[in-house]
Amino acid sequence: MSKRRYLLTLAVVLLCLFALAAGVQAEKTKLTMYYPVAVGGPLTKIVDSMVADFVKANPDVDVKAIYAGNYNDARIKALAALKSGKPAQLSVMFSIDIYDLIEQDAIIPFDDLLTTDGDKAWLNSFYPALMENGRTLGKTWGIPFQRSTIVMYYNKDMFRKAGLDPEKPPATWQELVEMGKKLTTPEHYGLMIPSTGYPYWMFGALAKQNGEVLMDGDGKKTFFANPGVIEALQFWLDLSKKHGIMPKGTIEWGTLRQNFLEGKTAMMWHSTGNLTVVKKKAKFDFGVAMLPAGKMRGTPTGGGNFYIFKKTSPAERKAAMRLIKFMTSPERSAEWSIKTGYIGISPAAYETPALKKYVEEFPPAKVARDQLKYATAELSTYQTGRVRKLLDDAIQAALTGKKSPEKALKEAQAQAERLLKPYQ
Amino acid sequence: MMGIYAWLLLLPASVLLVTFTHYPTVATFIHSLFSNGTVIRPSRFVGLDNYRAVMHDPVFWKVMENTVLFALGTVPASIALALLMAVWVNRRIPGRAFVRLSYFTPTILPMIAVANIWLFFYTPDIGLLDQISALFGGHGHNWLGDSRTVLWCLIVMTIWKEAGFFMIFYLAALQTHSPELEEAARLEGASRGAFFWRVTFPLLMPTTLFVFINATLNSFKLVDHLFILTKGGPDNASNLLLYYIYENAFSFFDTASAATLTVILLAMLAAMAIVQFTVLDKRIHYR
Repeated sequence: MSKRRYLLTLAVVLLCLFALAAGVQAEKTKLTMYYPVAVGGPLTKIVDSMVADFVKANPDVDVKAIYAGNYNDARIKALAALKSGKPAQLSVMFSIDIYDLIEQDAIIPFDDLLTTDGDKAWLNSFYPALMENGRTLGKTWGIPFQRSTIVMYYNKDMFRKAGLDPEKPPATWQELVEMGKKLTTPEHYGLMIPSTGYPYWMFGALAKQNGEVLMDGDGKKTFFANPGVIEALQFWLDLSKKHGIMPKGTIEWGTLRQNFLEGKTAMMWHSTGNLTVVKKKAKFDFGVAMLPAGKMRGTPTGGGNFYIFKKTSPAERKAAMRLIKFMTSPERSAEWSIKTGYIGISPAAYETPALKKYVEEFPPAKVARDQLKYATAELSTYQTGRVRKLLDDAIQAALTGKKSPEKALKEAQAQAERLLKPYQ
Repeated sequence: MMGIYAWLLLLPASVLLVTFTHYPTVATFIHSLFSNGTVIRPSRFVGLDNYRAVMHDPVFWKVMENTVLFALGTVPASIALALLMAVWVNRRIPGRAFVRLSYFTPTILPMIAVANIWLFFYTPDIGLLDQISALFGGHGHNWLGDSRTVLWCLIVMTIWKEAGFFMIFYLAALQTHSPELEEAARLEGASRGAFFWRVTFPLLMPTTLFVFINATLNSFKLVDHLFILTKGGPDNASNLLLYYIYENAFSFFDTASAATLTVILLAMLAAMAIVQFTVLDKRIHYR
């Protein structure tokens, strides 16, 4: 009898232990996160090591970080996972996917999670220009992570050869054309602005420099046919057609860096995300400058934001918030910026000893940051894929001489208005 | 009893076919009759509205024109080249195995790799093409950035890639031809050309039909290179139907338009297959 009771007790104790163990395990929050990589280099390793550091410091959270291809692939995979019922809890996705994600009812605003004063101060700790693409409908939906702007890379050796001061890159459109002419020789061009891949992005810079933006803050209106916007496209076309400092036709995004490294152009406009690669591979003395000013300076921001998905439990949201705060902390942002060339996302990141030292040794690294005060949002609207393609096609039609800038942009604007009508 | 047995044998294959081919086809067709739904605005039945919208889409017509041009440009040329290469390497020439291999190499390479290589061939100034033309005093041309040349660049690359593959079929067919035919023809005093056109070519017709069908299908199915080379640009000058479907589905998240375009593509391919198998088949001499 007593033996039986003993066994029974043992069984109960064991059961309790199992339950306890299971309970402890259930408390460990599991997060799945997709992230994209849009430029070359071993960026996946950097993200993975940052995530590993987070898990080490937060043993109660388990993070599965999945590399999901480029921005487009990442969005497709995250949305597919959502539909399949095995969703990710958070992801890094293109900052301009925001309207699509809202329309799919896929994400939640951060305002619901950030209620304390400290949280609100944290939300205001980033560069305001980087928040523009993450805010709409009066709420914040995206937290900046891998963000970039366009900068001008230039070949100082060619500047010297042409009798120009290598420390004085063109600061205005007029100087750009004048210097571009001096820098154009039978062997190489003065300037290349890529017009495949992301033409609308480059065009956002030219439009801003001419004092215009391409869309409103609600993503419901585009301004493609404003006179200033048409002027900006005319200027882009004139660089090749009238001034002859840029090749005619479209310029390939993918091979442009190679063109610059091989000395086929004295200046190129490209993402800051390329900085570390250019630094490693350039066999000549190169400089990085802000884009020149038309009526003013200007560039769109670019890159990826953190989003939190709607299909999440309160515990998962809390854990996701901790992960995001970790990944965007000044120290991590500084590390990320040094290793990739992306911008440090908060002023505090540039105050960290690591990034301070790096910027001192390698001044080009701060150009993108200094340019942020002239930055504007990247083109993003409802129906963003279609609207973007309308503008891309219009730009390419103008640059290849198939349509005049005015005709191309007016047609694109008319079609964009038709697409966006249901949202107004 | 026998009937059940037969059906049981057919079951595994038909389950796979229905799941992965017939059901998706039917589902796509049904989807093309509904509007594109989001969580906020659910999908609803719209009849043929999606088809009407596609017919009014200027990009669609541009894409169709490109697709037809691409097919006309690649199919006959790659078949002719394949035949030429096969007849050539079927002879006893020195280094025959090496020549065969080198003709076949483009086929082994994945399309993405090929496109990456050709991207640098076509790059203005630093590309292979322009470096060669520079030797003869030519000026750099922006091959992929010019809407007049871009589609032809894709066609040339595709012919280079495809011809080697079709050569293998012709080569296999040529090997089955009895050498007695050639001896007999020589005794009769037939010229080489006459022998080719009167004997070899007709005997190869079944292979030609097979290759022709494959080449045509491929010309509609190949899109990998567009991702690397042009993304359909500049201004849709190199956009093909399948790539446009991809753009609609995954770039615009407009699955309704994508389904509609897919049905159109399927209908075109089905029509072609019917023509090929009924009309052409009757004119071909099988032994």
